[in-house]
Amino acid sequence: MKGNIVIIGGGIAGMEAAKSLISLGYSPIVVESSTKLGGHVASWYKLFPDMSSAKNLVSRLESEIKGATVLCGTKVISLNRLADGYSLKLSNGSVVNASALLIATGFTLFDAKKKEEYGYGVYDRVITNSDLEAWFSEKKDARVPDEPESVGFVHCVGSRDLKACNAQCSKVCCATAIKQAIEIKERFPYAKVYCFYMDLRLFGKKYEDFYINAQRDYGVQFIRGRVSEVGETLDGRLQIKAEDTLSGKPLKVQLDLLVLMSGIVRNQSIGELSAMAGLETDSDGFLRSIDNEYAVIESNRPGIFYAGACTGPKTVPETVAEARSAALAIHSYLETL
Amino acid sequence: MTDFGFTLSKSSTLDLQNVDRERFEQLCKLEKGASVCIGCGSCSATCPAGILSGMSVRKVVLAVQRGQDVRSMLQCCMLCGKCTMVCPRGINTRNLILSICSIYG
Ligand code: SF4
Ligand code: SF4
Ligand code: SF4
Repeated sequence: MKGNIVIIGGGIAGMEAAKSLISLGYSPIVVESSTKLGGHVASWYKLFPDMSSAKNLVSRLESEIKGATVLCGTKVISLNRLADGYSLKLSNGSVVNASALLIATGFTLFDAKKKEEYGYGVYDRVITNSDLEAWFSEKKDARVPDEPESVGFVHCVGSRDLKACNAQCSKVCCATAIKQAIEIKERFPYAKVYCFYMDLRLFGKKYEDFYINAQRDYGVQFIRGRVSEVGETLDGRLQIKAEDTLSGKPLKVQLDLLVLMSGIVRNQSIGELSAMAGLETDSDGFLRSIDNEYAVIESNRPGIFYAGACTGPKTVPETVAEARSAALAIHSYLETL
Repeated sequence: MTDFGFTLSKSSTLDLQNVDRERFEQLCKLEKGASVCIGCGSCSATCPAGILSGMSVRKVVLAVQRGQDVRSMLQCCMLCGKCTMVCPRGINTRNLILSICSIYG
């Protein structure tokens, strides 16, 4: 079994790692619990900052991992430590032995229903960032009006929120909100578009350009203040309240569509996996790396590596870079066996 | 009107959808930088008139965005241009102030 590698998770982290391992001469097995590859990226429309197609990225990766065994709709049922590796029992009944494991289970989007004050699932015109991406792709969502006059984006939904049990910043949603605000403006140039933020965290390459473009070329209005509550008016529009903290005044506005920037929380399935494999979790709930500066892809177990958002919120380029470096780390590890 | 011995306070709530953006849009044409202000306050911090008069370009920009009459807010500006020097978004704040004066008349 030397050289057998199992990748748990078939999102872009797992796929990119599989691709790198194939080019190093291995034939990895990718175990994906859902019915298709690509994870969250597969259901996204465009990626920032270049606005390239998310689906193209996924289909390109799909064609590049033909040398891997892909098991979709398959879960890991149990995992045992062997003298020189791991034995995994899969939900399809098979047992696979592996010298090395890559955990690439990604994240779960925060369930926006939990922030009851925003009325997701209660009011017709409240959707999430992922609902909007689906609408961009398929144009099928009765909640999105044909000609909205005003659209609001709420940043930090379920992130930076101790009451939602997630103190961390999800990193990608500020840029996502601005990207989506621009995409809305492109479709509905006459709509007023508002972003309600606590801080704008635009750390990545060219993210600040997005912000400047949104302000200057698209007239998106940025309001520093967290939306405190959402209600419905008699005619079915939304009435929201926030503070305009820059002027120190309470603020209200009626909207035709409100988009909640659901944050990144740990993948709900990671609990079972970490218990089975004896993997530690960090204080933020994500898997704990050996250290968070220099060895993010290394776990506390020999032969088990991490890539992508299983250790915390990541951008696409960060995820891809980690997947490649994890593939190399696995290669070096197998050489030592 | 009957005097009940009390009055109702006027709501201070900003009703965003009814804000008149006309002047702000005019301003963005005259001073293209106006739209990219990030409210950082560098301009206000460095303003020699600020400590005595409350002059603040940051507040002026925000007030124009919120459709308010800002004429009285500009009276103590000396057009010294220090605010232009410090603005991280490269806004020509001096031109901004002059443009506001020409818009509001
Ligand atoms: S990236 Fe922005 S929206 Fe997302 S959690 Fe951080 S501050 Fe909030
Ligand atoms: S130009 Fe006016 S606002 Fe700017 S620093 Fe000088 S006095 Fe202050
Ligand atoms: S320094 Fe420039 S960006 Fe900062 S508040 Fe003043 S005008 Fe706006």
